[in-house]
Parts: sequence; C-alpha cells; structure tokens
Amino acid sequence: MSLREYQHQMPFGGGLGTKLSARLHLDAPLLAALLLLALGGLTVLYSAGGGELELVVRQSLRLGAGFLVMLVLAQVPPRSYRFWTPVVYAVGVILLALVVLVGTEAKGATRWLTLPGLGRFQPAELMKLAVPAMIAWFFNERNLPPTKLDVLAALGLIFLPVVMIAVQPDLGTSILIAAAGLVVLFMAGLSWRLISLALLVLVIAAPLMYFFVLHDYQRSRVDTFLNPEADPRGAGWNIIQSKTAIGSGGVTGKGWLDGTQSRLDFLPESSTDFILAVLGEEFGLVGFVLLITVYLVIVGRGFFISWQAQETFSRLLAAALTMTFFIYIFVNVGMVSGLLPVVGVPLPLVSYGGTSIVTLMASFGMLMSIHTHRRLMTY
Amino acid sequence: MRRPLTLKDHHHEQRIFSFRLLVSALLVTLLTLGLVGRMAWLQIFQHSRYTTLSDENRVQTQAVPPPRGLITDRNGEILAANRPDFTVEVIVEQVPDLQRTLREVHALVPLESDDIERFNKRLQGPRRPWDPIPLRGRLSEDEIARITVNQHRLPGVRVAANPVRHYPHGKLFSHVLGYVNRLNSEDLDGMTLTEQGDYAGTHYYGRTGVERYYENRLHGKVGYRQVETNARGRILRVLEQKPPVPGGNLRLTLDMDVQRAADEALGDRRGAVVAIDPRDGSVLAFVSRPVFDPNLFVNGISHRDYARYREDLDNPLFNRALQGRYPPGSTVKPFIGLAGLDAGVTDWQRTIFDPGYYQLEDNPHRYRDWKRWGHGHVDMHKAVVQSCDTYFYDLGFKLGIERMHDFLSDFSLGQPTGIDLFNESAGLLPSKQWKRAARGATWYHGDTINASIGQGFVLTTPLQLATATAILAHHGKQVTPTLAADALQVPPRPDIVLDNPDHWQRMEDTMGDVVHGPRGTARVMAEGARYRMGAKSGTSQVFSVGQEETYNEEDLAERLLDHALLIAFAPVEEPAIAVAVLVENGRHGGSTAGPVAREVMDAWLLDDSGELAVPPPLNRTPPTQVAGGATPPPGETP
Repeated sequence: MSLREYQHQMPFGGGLGTKLSARLHLDAPLLAALLLLALGGLTVLYSAGGGELELVVRQSLRLGAGFLVMLVLAQVPPRSYRFWTPVVYAVGVILLALVVLVGTEAKGATRWLTLPGLGRFQPAELMKLAVPAMIAWFFNERNLPPTKLDVLAALGLIFLPVVMIAVQPDLGTSILIAAAGLVVLFMAGLSWRLISLALLVLVIAAPLMYFFVLHDYQRSRVDTFLNPEADPRGAGWNIIQSKTAIGSGGVTGKGWLDGTQSRLDFLPESSTDFILAVLGEEFGLVGFVLLITVYLVIVGRGFFISWQAQETFSRLLAAALTMTFFIYIFVNVGMVSGLLPVVGVPLPLVSYGGTSIVTLMASFGMLMSIHTHRRLMTY
Repeated sequence: MRRPLTLKDHHHEQRIFSFRLLVSALLVTLLTLGLVGRMAWLQIFQHSRYTTLSDENRVQTQAVPPPRGLITDRNGEILAANRPDFTVEVIVEQVPDLQRTLREVHALVPLESDDIERFNKRLQGPRRPWDPIPLRGRLSEDEIARITVNQHRLPGVRVAANPVRHYPHGKLFSHVLGYVNRLNSEDLDGMTLTEQGDYAGTHYYGRTGVERYYENRLHGKVGYRQVETNARGRILRVLEQKPPVPGGNLRLTLDMDVQRAADEALGDRRGAVVAIDPRDGSVLAFVSRPVFDPNLFVNGISHRDYARYREDLDNPLFNRALQGRYPPGSTVKPFIGLAGLDAGVTDWQRTIFDPGYYQLEDNPHRYRDWKRWGHGHVDMHKAVVQSCDTYFYDLGFKLGIERMHDFLSDFSLGQPTGIDLFNESAGLLPSKQWKRAARGATWYHGDTINASIGQGFVLTTPLQLATATAILAHHGKQVTPTLAADALQVPPRPDIVLDNPDHWQRMEDTMGDVVHGPRGTARVMAEGARYRMGAKSGTSQVFSVGQEETYNEEDLAERLLDHALLIAFAPVEEPAIAVAVLVENGRHGGSTAGPVAREVMDAWLLDDSGELAVPPPLNRTPPTQVAGGATPPPGETP
C-alpha cells in the first residue's frame, strides 16, 4: 500500500500538519525551510526597497504564485515527469530557436518570446528544469556508469540549448543550465578521469573564451571583477559599494532599516541581485550565517530526497535540482562579496524578481513529488 | 526507444550514486565554508576599513562660511551689508550632460555670454569637487519658480540663496569702502594653511579700500557641518555642526552727511575731497570722483561694464584722494611760511618788493608771479592772503631745500599718512639727495624756488594735504587719519614744536583772512558763513608755460587747465574739521575748490537749522585689535 492510499484511508489520524502536508504531497521540512526563507527574504526586501510596502506586496504575490506552482507540481507523480520530459525538452529547444528568429529584444539581448495576449515569456527559464530532467531521463534508460558514447550524447543534449541561450546573449543563464546538466552527468557516475580532463580543458579554454567568445560587456564585467578600483565611479561601483555595505555591517550589522549603504542609495540593485549586501549590512555576519543555514537545510533536504529516491530518473533529477539551487546561492554570494565576476544571478527566493522564483518553486514542487510518491516498500 | 542490452544493476548504480552524492555534499560544505569565510573576512577583519569607506560615502564635511561683518558710518548708517541673492548653481558632478543642461537652463532663465564664460572659467579653474558653481545670480521670483518647477529634469541644478555683499549707498563710498569680489586661487595661494582653512566655504574677499584693509576682521571664522548625504549628494540630515564665528562689524569715522555733501559739491567734476577731524584724526569724508559702482564688482563685473570703466578718460577706478599725486601749488605756502618763521629766515614784519617776478643774482631767468604787474610791498600776511609767489620765491631760496624738506615732511607732505588703507601713495618731497639718486642730476636753485610755491618736483595727495591742514590746525600735534572708529592713533612722527608757538595762531588767523579778508583769494567762501574759517587756495600747473609766453585759458584743452586746490579748516578758534579739495582742471583754487570746502564744513559744523553746532569728537570704542588689519598685498611698498 502506498503512503497515499494509506492516507486516504485515515484522513485525520496522526499529527494534523504531517497528515495534511502528506495528503497534499508536500514535504514538511522543505516547506518549513522555504517559508522561513521567504519570510526572511521579504524582511530584507522591505528595507532594500526603501521601507516601502509596494515591493514586498508584489514579491509576496510572486512567492504566493510560486508556492501554488510548487503545490500543483508536487501532485504530479514522477513517472509523468519522466514520460513528458523528452517532449518538454523538444518544445523548449524549438522555442529557443524561435527566440533567435522572432524574439523580443530588450537591453541589447534577445531573450523573450512575446505571446499575443499572454505577455512575454523566457524559454530559457523552462530549460533550467528541462535540461537536467532530459539528462536524467537519458541515463535512466541506460546502464550506469555511462559509456563514452553516452557521455558524448549527453553533452550534446546539454550544449544544444546552452549554446542557443548563450548567443541571446545570456551567459549567466546558459552557465547555470550547463551546470545543471553537468551535475546529472556527474551524479550518473562520469569517470574521474574524464572529470579531470574536463577541468583541464576549462582552465585552458577560459582565457580563450575571454578573448574570442565573450561580448564586450561580458569582458568588462570580468575586468571589473579582476580590478574593481580601475573605474570606481563606473563599472567597479557596484562591487565596491556592495563590499563596503557587507564589510561595514560587521558581526551584528547596523540593524534593520539602518543600513546606510542601501538606504542612501549607494548600493545599486539593492533589492534584486545585490540584496545579500543589504542583509550583510543590516544583519551582519550573524544574519548571513542564519541565511546560509536555512539554505543548507534546504540543500540537505534535497540531497536526502535524492538519496531516498527509488529510481535513477528521480534520483538524478532531485540531485541536479538541489545542486543547481546551491550553485545559484554560491554564484550570487560569491559575486556580491567580490569572489566571482558579476553575472546576473539572483539570490534564490530572496532577490526581488520575476520568473526565477516560479522556476525555483517549480523545482521544489518536483522534489516534493519525488519524495511523496515513493513506494514505501519494495515489492 | 532503445532498450539496454544488459540488465540494470540497481545496487551498483545506487552505490555509485550514493558516493557521488556524498562527494557533492562534501563539495557543498566546502564551498559554503568558503563563502562564510569570505563574509567573515569582509565583516570581521576588514570591518573597520569598510566602515570608514561607508562613512566617507555618506558623511561629508561642509564648511559653513561666516557672515561678513557689517560696515557702518560713525552714526550707525549701514554702508556695507549682506543680503540674499538667489543664484542658479550647478553641481557639475551630478550633471549627466552639461551642454544640454546649460541649454535647458538657458531656456528657463536667459543666460548671457558673460555668465557662461564666468561659469566655464570657474569650471576649468581649480575648485573643490562637488562644490556648486554659480551660473547666474540676481534671479527674479519668476525665474526662481521656473527653475524650481523644472528641478526634477535638471539633476545637479539648484537655486541657492547666498549672502552677497551689498553697498546700499552704491557709488557714494566706492573709493573708501572699496569692494569685495570672488575669492580666487591667487588669494588662497597667498595664505597660510590655517588661513586657507578659514576661507573654506568663503566666496568673497576684500579687494580694495576698507574691505581689503580690514579683511581679517570682517571675515570671521569658518564653521563646519557634518552632513549625511545620499548617493546623489542630497543632504538628508546634519550630524554635527560647529557654527561659524561671524565677522566683526566695523564702525567707521566717516559721516554720511559730510560724505554726501562733499560728493554733491564736487558734482560731475573730476577731483577729490578729504575731510579730517583734527581733534582725533577721524576721516569725515573721503571722496574721489568720478566714481564706480562697487555692487557691479561683487559677483564678477561684466566685460562690458569693466571696459566702460577702463576706457573712460576720466578713469573712475582711480582713487584720486589716496593715490593722485598733484603739485600742491600755493596751498603749501602756509607751511613754507611757518618753516621760514621757525628757522628765523623771516618774521611777520619783514617786507619785500614784488615787481611781478623774482630774479636770482647773476641769472637773467625771471620767476614770474601769478600777478604780472606784481604785488608791490609784501609781508608774510599779505603774501599768504593774496598768495604772492615772489615773497615765497625769496623765502624758499633763503630757507634752502633741505630745511624746507625736513619741515614739510613733519606735516606728512610727501610722506604716507598712515591711514588704514593699502596702496597709499607717498607723493614726493624733493631733496638734493633724492634728485641725485632718482634723476642723477644736481640740485639747482631754480628747483628750490619752484618747490617753494608747491610746483616743480613737489607732489602731494589730497589726503596728505588734508592731514597737513589738520596738523596745522592742531598747532603741530600729529594727526593720523583713521577710518576705523576703534583704530589706534599711532603717529608716525613726533609732534611739531615751534620755537615760538604764537606763530601757529597767527598763521591760522592769516589763513582766516584768506577767506574773510577783503583781498583774500578765497573770499568767495565767506558769503553767509556762520563761523570763521581758515583756508589757502592753490592752483597747480598741469604743464609749464614757457618763459616769454602768456597763456590763454580759452585756447587750452580743458584737460590741460590748471588743477584747483584748496585747504581749509574751521572754526578758526577751535578747529573741528580740516578739508582738502582738489578739482582737476578747475583753474582757480579759491573760486572753484573754495565753495566745495565750504559745503563740506557746513555739513559738519552746522545743525539742521543752519546754526553752528560743533559735533563732539568721536566717542571711540576701545580697540578690538592692535594695529589695524590684514597683511598688505604682495608688492606693496610701505
């Protein structure tokens, strides 16, 4: 008997919360951590937005939509995901091709498809989920560890959409999607020899990429990362101001709503990509450690879910989604604290902003689905 | 869909996966520790550095300039004040496109090319960053409104009310008050670091006149204000402030009514009037005409206005009272007379015969008297009253240039008077030594003879003549002309002591007959007088007339006519005012300069109903600082 069938028989037994969340296919620890994160995020956003409720209200609506998407996706059993994965992947690639052909341009990049009557839509967001799912599906059908041919095929499946996104140009998203796909490859048991080789190639290729592949604005971001003081009033401004905000916060921070860097507008993008600097300034190292702890709870739960998953597809997908989530965190924190170049990666579920929240909550919906649709006993 | 050829080994796969998961978890842990380490590095080890940076970001220290001290006349009438001027200013650092912004401002508030030029000059010159640069002052209320309404699309542009120096009486005091104008980098270069700090935030600097001399007193001490600003430079709150110490007010010895009388009496003629109270050295009136408008200079004079002043043949920027060097002419005769009396070269009884000229033995050259047919028998009294040249040729020759030089020097003639103004001209009192050094020539008897009627090399300023007259009226007691009511009297020379002090009174009475006597050269002054006054007229030649030429006034261009001079004091019994009047090309001292002096003395000595009411000497406030004011400008010769 599955847990679900069991629950159907005993609707009100046991702890009410556990029962309710189980009936809704929700994972209570994950849900709790996500709610905590969302509330904390809104608190910081209130300050980053200059103490006005408008941003907080709009972000709450988005988070609400995100939780709704999560709830819906948690009901879908993993085998349906597995079934639909190749279709969604194919549709995603076609949409990306459409973006190249008839996409809507904004700020020098063509990333959007305008659907008549439905507004704009960014197919790359879809691929954040579709690519790791596709690779997980691919390896689900094969013996592990993968053969060299399988690896080659998987790389092809990863880099077809990645390249299409990179030319939009949207380097940040394409790197994240590539990372999501590569994580599946790694989890599937890619040989260490190949991993070492890949890292070696990366080290050699990075400077070549810098000189021959990157756009000027991307190159200048790297330059700024390497030497932010070269143009303190221009390109280096963001990173200098964000380090100043974080550093001046100290251990305990300047206090909520008392961060001068963000409140006096020295910190740009303070409610979106650089919101971590607001947290660092107002809540200090203590605040950061609390935040990272909540993140680690979520990541840990994700790892636990994938460890508990019972088939290759679910396992690989859960691990990939979890790792992608962590990569978001790492890249954003690294960028805001000056460890990494500035790429447009938001702080997951804390930064103010659109589609990424829905995508992330969708991935948590899938994680919950994987966890709550387990068969309790092997047969 | 292709089926795998071999059966899946679920346990093997699970093992691989679990190990990879473990590696991932380890990686996540390591990377997280890296992030925490990075944050700890910024927030613990670099905390103080970034706190400083953050404070520098938001906290700016602004200098608050002290309000400049007011200047009043002796009765408290305000002569120099500060009033708000609404100026449109630009903080260039906040302007995205300067040319476009200037065009947009121009559309709201018309800018003249002078405004733009001044703006560019200050933009390119050395300046403090984030300092607003004034674009145009004197905004009307309409213009203020137009800028304010459009403020949101003009970042970096603002309207500020700045205190601006204002001279309510305009031209009336221009040569004595001087003016302030914009502080420039040369001014700052000439200061010590402490002084430069004191001028942080100050926009104006005393340029000439009293404003310059008493700059230190009028300026005050700078204050500071620590403000919190946002990234756009908007001040959000004041964190800490130290108010400035306002500049000290300055009460002058000048009397508005006397000044106005002198100014009006001179009218449109070129000239100067200086009036001094001999009892205490107070300068009552200090006029030089033509005048300029000091208010035009305060915010930078326009090219057009400045060119108008510079190209004016009458040279309105020239301070004739302080710097004009004129031969004193016959006004020097009472002093030469006293010199002769004191040296025993002559006495009141000695008489000479004047045939209309004076001739040295063995020399055919004739030194002519102004009266071609001569004065006949002349004694000291008649020589002064009728201004007989021949008598003084003879007296001067007998006295000799050295004794003449030493005696006249004590009256401040050809010497700086020590007035509290910079750039005072010393004039020239010639001596044998001087001629050898300056001209490389020996001294001739003719030089002495010319000097004895105030011609030749002798040059004095109207201020010196007034001072000398005050000393004479005060019976040799030294008088230092002073403008600040609390300035110390520091006589540069010892008092003049005559062997027979009766000569003072007798010379004064004689000068009284110049006005009140039937043949006096300044008898025009006596009409309707309510008190007795003493005077001596003079004419000083602008160019010399050849030996056998006669000159015709009508033929001479106006500017080549003789200058009219007159010194006067009143009342004779107890002098309370000494005046020197110069009218350029005014021809006759008595008839031209005399009435001017009379107006000035009436203004001081008579009350509203026209009755004699001698004002008491100034109740001098105790000095606030010893010995005057600012350091003299570089290149100043004492």
